[in-house]
Amino acid sequence: MEVSTMEAPIQGTKDLPVKKVCVICSKGNLQDVYAALVLANGALMEGIEANMFFTFFGLVAIQKDKQDHLHTATVGNPAFMDKLPTMVAGLPGFEAFASYMMRKEMDKLDIPPVSEFLEMIVAGGGKLYGCKLASDMFKLDREDFIDDLEDIITVGDFYALAEGERTHVIFV
Amino acid sequence: MPNRVIAGQTVDVNDEGYFTDPTQWSENIASELAQEAGFELSPKHFDVINFLRDRYMSGQALTIRRVGKSGLVSIKEFYDLFPGGPLKVSSKIAGIPKPASCV
Repeated sequence: MEVSTMEAPIQGTKDLPVKKVCVICSKGNLQDVYAALVLANGALMEGIEANMFFTFFGLVAIQKDKQDHLHTATVGNPAFMDKLPTMVAGLPGFEAFASYMMRKEMDKLDIPPVSEFLEMIVAGGGKLYGCKLASDMFKLDREDFIDDLEDIITVGDFYALAEGERTHVIFV
Repeated sequence: MPNRVIAGQTVDVNDEGYFTDPTQWSENIASELAQEAGFELSPKHFDVINFLRDRYMSGQALTIRRVGKSGLVSIKEFYDLFPGGPLKVSSKIAGIPKPASCV
């Protein structure tokens, strides 16, 4: 069987840098929210347009009263302190303490709290959107979200944001 | 290592055009580099450039957040002053290496 090569398109993309990213933040734990924030902010830093779409548990990142108190799971997270017995990791207050320590370490690296990180993204021209379906499901209204939120949109609207060549959609 | 002539001076740069020796930098060089990037330098630009150079020379890490906290410009102004990636563009004009920063 003959395998066709795709030399032309691969060569053709060499000088076509990414123009726009649309980052979907679907999870509400500390590490995944930060992954999405770093990806969007990092794009803006490179002169790439960035949109963020928050859905399901990712909606905590744009809720005024929750965004700066995110946790990282200490149970069911095998990469977190692998020598630590699960029963110890599950003790009351352990997860809150571990998350607090994590946020402290991040601050040392100049990684801002979620609220400030989002302000940086907006200052850099990034746009923030909430998912309509998930907001309805969690019974959240516009006033539950930060003022910087551009809009609450449907999945169809999200794809319209991704329109145009050299756009990348990143799911976190 | 490549070198190039900017504002009548020969300077050492890397493949991406960032200075490898920040002491070879001058304000005239900065103005010419800004023109190449498509804008003119204002006193505000120089405030940021001098801040970045001071920070770099004293061995401190450069991030957009620290520029925003410098009291010189807001992050939004920083983006407006240096279009196309503020930290990257300003560092190139300031004659310092490309900051290896993810925030």
